[in-house]
Formats: sequence, structure tokens, C-alpha cells
Amino acid sequence: MSAATAPARTAGPAGPTEGRVTLPRVVHSEWIKFRTLRSSWLTLLAAAVLTVALGTLFCWATVSHWDRLPAGERAHFTPVEHSLRGYLPAQLAVGVLGVLVISGEYSTGMIRASLSAVPRRLPVLWAKAAVFGAVTWVVTTASAVTAFLVGQSVLSAKHVDTTFSAPGVTRAVLGAGLYLTVVGLLAVGLGSLIRSTAGGIATVFGLLLVVPGLAEALPSNWHDAIAPYLPSNAGQALTVVQQGPGDLAPWTGFAVLCGYAAAALAGAAVALKRRDA
Amino acid sequence: MIEAVGLTKRYGPKTAVADLSFSVRPGVVTGFLGPNGAGKSTTMRMLLGLDAPTAGHATVNGRRYAEHRAPLHEVGAMLEARAVHTGRSAFNHLLALAATHGIPRRRVEEVIEAVGLREVARRRAGGFSLGMGQRLGIASALLGDPATLILDEPVNGLDPEGILWIRNLLKSLAAEGRTVLVSSHLMSEMALTAEHLIVIGRGRLIADTSVAEFTRRASSGGAVRVRTPDSVRLGELLRTLPGVTVTPDDDVQVLLVEGADSEQVGRLAAEHALVLFELVPRQASLEEAFMEITRDAVEYEAVTAAPALIEEPTV
Ligand SMILES: Nc1ncnc2c1ncn2[C@@H]1O[C@H](COP(=O)(O)OP(=O)(O)OP(=O)(O)O)[C@@H](O)[C@H]1O
Ligand SMILES: [Mg+2]
Repeated sequence: MSAATAPARTAGPAGPTEGRVTLPRVVHSEWIKFRTLRSSWLTLLAAAVLTVALGTLFCWATVSHWDRLPAGERAHFTPVEHSLRGYLPAQLAVGVLGVLVISGEYSTGMIRASLSAVPRRLPVLWAKAAVFGAVTWVVTTASAVTAFLVGQSVLSAKHVDTTFSAPGVTRAVLGAGLYLTVVGLLAVGLGSLIRSTAGGIATVFGLLLVVPGLAEALPSNWHDAIAPYLPSNAGQALTVVQQGPGDLAPWTGFAVLCGYAAAALAGAAVALKRRDA
Repeated sequence: MIEAVGLTKRYGPKTAVADLSFSVRPGVVTGFLGPNGAGKSTTMRMLLGLDAPTAGHATVNGRRYAEHRAPLHEVGAMLEARAVHTGRSAFNHLLALAATHGIPRRRVEEVIEAVGLREVARRRAGGFSLGMGQRLGIASALLGDPATLILDEPVNGLDPEGILWIRNLLKSLAAEGRTVLVSSHLMSEMALTAEHLIVIGRGRLIADTSVAEFTRRASSGGAVRVRTPDSVRLGELLRTLPGVTVTPDDDVQVLLVEGADSEQVGRLAAEHALVLFELVPRQASLEEAFMEITRDAVEYEAVTAAPALIEEPTV
């Protein structure tokens, strides 16, 4: 190789902010990082497919059994929740992506390049969360709306479909996207704290799937006091239109989930500042 | 300009770097030498603010690294462990780093061209060979056109052509007035590339000296190989000098002289009108001298090692 000289400076700092690290620039950088990894789009595609396909499948199965359903079940049938059945499995894909956006940097060593470029460190975490949150919100909300519309058109065969204007429906559909986004942000926080992909994913899955199951095993008065405040149960309150007796109110529940995500991100911020990279 | 003052790093009970102070001047390549586990990479991570020192501090271009508002324009770094996401292409990796400072895409293309990665820039970095990975590391270090470069073992795993390329690149960067700190565990490589040396062993400073000085000391009291048709006569003359030992070689014309340098041997031969065919200072002594002083550092671990070689910084 003959290029032995360094290329001359073309992008030197000129003005006071010229060439400096700014939060919008870090966001731009994180967007480039996000969009240039195949895993980002594969996991989002998985989340979208799960949301739409499972929702449609459930609606189709209901339509084909509708005439044989007992009257009690028909009375409790909620077409919006039925068409959104796919968003809960989708949370696993979103959770994996949330962990990966940060653990992938630790496992490959990229984090050192990232933190050398942005030695104040916290902008990297905020920008990552912002880019991940925005893209995930768009994709999961679009998926939930699609699942709802497709599901209702399937259900219309038996005239049991609903519309956005029915009580709670818009909130539930948009709530599915909000729930998935905040669960994802919780995963970003946990992934950043734990640093390892396997450990991060195990923790997120444990928190979303195993912990609610364990809560079931508690004595019922304990269970009733704790279960509604678990991140998954609390957040899912936003997506139901028929409140169960112990459920938190929709926005209260969602606020509790946001609290978990905020706590995880705050912990991640403190750890990122303190620990060696 | 890099300055380290009392840098210390402990990982649990293990002291990786102990009270290390040195400064690295602009305009010359400074070699950062030490055997495996000496603490070179740890020191470099502390210079870049990636690891927090247990004690002491370091500044680059007059400020702690983390206080720079545009660090890529101040310091370009290449770390030992590849700091690249394996799933991303070289081009996108550099583009993402550049974006943090608003460095234009044109500059990314420039550095890719400069390190010779144009053909593979769109391929996943995970599939890169060792040499390609090193070139990508150099490209990211050059991205912000920084005044200071910190490179951890850049020649590691490179083929001879790549080594030559890096050597020339480092020299030209220094010639432009930049500060260049390069770690290595090969004394022979640093002797060809660097002008100044900082040698550490077990996390402690062993030598802070110019390469010329190091070489001079390494070969003083030195060893010389002489080939002469008058080997018997020259051997007799040399043995009369104090502190000189002469060992005959398998080749009857060859003498291995210790305790006299080539200058003394040459003069002696001239005084007695003896013909010399070869007069060679023993070059292996450079690497040996390096091993010698670092071995000492291990032995005298608890005391300040080999103070004779530590010069006061000249600037
Ligand atoms: N994160 C860490 N945790 C614990 N010990 C560490 C850590 N990083 C380095 N060490 C230890 O500190 C010492 C110095 O390591 P370092 O990697 O800095 O050496 P080095 O001079 O770069 O060696 P090499 O030539 O092999 O690259 C080693 O004994 C190493 O095991
Ligand atoms: Mg090292």
C-alpha cells in the first residue's frame, strides 16, 4: 500500500460549535448505527409479523367457531383485544432488540469506539433510547393498527367487529404500540446495566414471563397486592377495554410501566458514567 | 502532547499500572514498550477516559480526554481489542463515528482510501482479516484529523508490507508535528519506527529515553563480531585490554569480542596495521537489552526499577 501520508485536514473545527459533539449529532450517529444492522430490522419485522399474523389468526379462528360458542363467551367477546392478541408475543422480539442495541456494542468492543467519540457518555445512552424508541413506536403502532383493521374485517363476517370510535378501542390499539415501546426501553436499560446479550435477554424474558407466573404462586392476598404492579401486568392495563377486578386503571398502569423503564434507564445512566468501558 | 501523572490502576487485588508518569511530545513517534501484561493497553484506555484511574490523572493536548468537546479532532485512537461492531460494514462504522462530530461523508471516503480499504469498505467488518481490521482501526483514528494519535499494537498481525506501511505512516504523521504514541512488545520494530521510548514492566516505568540512547547503552560495553585474517594476533592484543573477553568462533577468522565496542576494536587493528574483513556490533543485543531491563523490573518489582535509564523529560 502506497498511501503513507495522512490525508490533509478537511474537516477541522472552524466555529465554536463546528466539529463538536452535540446531542443531535449523537442521535444522528445512533440512527446510522441502528439502520445499518440487519438485526434491527429482523427483530422489528418479527414483532410486526407476530402482531399482525397472530391477531388475524385469532380473529379468523373465532369467526370459524362463532356459531358454536356458548352465549357467555360471546357476551364477553372483545373484538379489539382479540385482534391485538399478537402484541404480547411481539414484546419478546422488541425486548431482544432493546437489549441488543446496547449489549451488541459491549460484546463486539464497539462501545469503546462509541465512548471515545462521545466521552461524556450519557448522550450515547439517551440517543440510543430515543432512536430505538422512535423507530419501535412507529413500527409497533403501525403493526397494531394493521392488526386491528385486518382483524375487524375478518370479524365483520359475523358482524362482531368494532371501530375506533367505540369506547376504549383507540386507546387499546395505540396502547399496544406504547406498551411495546416502553417494554423495549426497559430492555435498553436492562441491557445497558447487564451488558451481556444472553444475560440481558434472560432478564427481560424473566421479568415479562416468569415473574408474573411466580406471582401466581403467592398467597392470594399477596398476589392481589403485587401482581397488578408488575411491569407486564401494569402496562397491559392500557390495552384492555374490559377491566378485570384487580387491574390498575389504564393510564395508571402504563405510568407504572414507564416508572420501571425510567428506573432501568436511570440505573443504566449511573452505571455507564461510573464503570470502566 | 500527552501527559500522565501518577497513573495507577488496580483491578481488585491486581495492580495493572502503578504510579506511572510520563509525557509524550509532538513531532516524534514515541514507542510504548513492555512485555505482555505490562499494562500498556490499560494505560492507553486510561488516557482515553475509558477506564478511570485508581489514582493519578492524564491529559491529552492539555485537557483530560473527557473534557474535550470534539475529541475525535484532538485524539485519534486505535485500541487493542477491535472496537468495531462485527455486523456493520467498515464504511457505516466510520460514518456513524463521523456523525458524532458532524464530519462529512467525504472525509470518511478519504480515510478509507488512505488506508487502502476501498474495495472491502461495504463488507461486514466481522469478516475482515487481522490486517484489514488494523487498517480500519487506523482509519477511525485518522477520521477527525487529530493532533494526537494513540495506537495500541498497530503492527500486530500485519504482513511485512503492512508493517512497512504503518511504519511510514507513523513517521509521516509525526513529521507533520503530531503526537504519536504507539505500543508494541517488539523492541526491534520500535527501534525502526520510534525516536523516543517509554518502557514499562509490571505497570511501572522502567525507561523513558530516546531510541538512540537506548541503543547506545544496549551496545556499550558491547559485543562485536570481527572477521580478520590476523585473528590470532588481534585476539592476543584484545586480551591485553582490561575487561575484554575474546571467544574464537568455529570459523578460524572470526572472533567474538565482549567488553569492547567496534570503535575500540577498529582503532586497535589500525594501530597494528591489521586487516579487518568484518566489524559488526552484535545487533541481537537490542532485543536482548530490552528483555534484560524488563526482566529486572520483574525481579525488583517492589522497588523503583532501573533508575539509571530514566531521564528527566527534556520538555
Ligand atoms: N479489565 C480488567 N480486569 C482485570 N484485570 C485486568 C483488566 N485489564 C487488564 N488487566 C490485567 O492488567 C494487566 C495489564 O494488562 P494490559 O492488557 O494493560 O497489558 P498489556 O501491556 O497491554 O499486554 P499485552 O502486550 O499482552 O497487550 C494484566 O495482568 C491484565 O491481566
Ligand atoms: Mg495490550
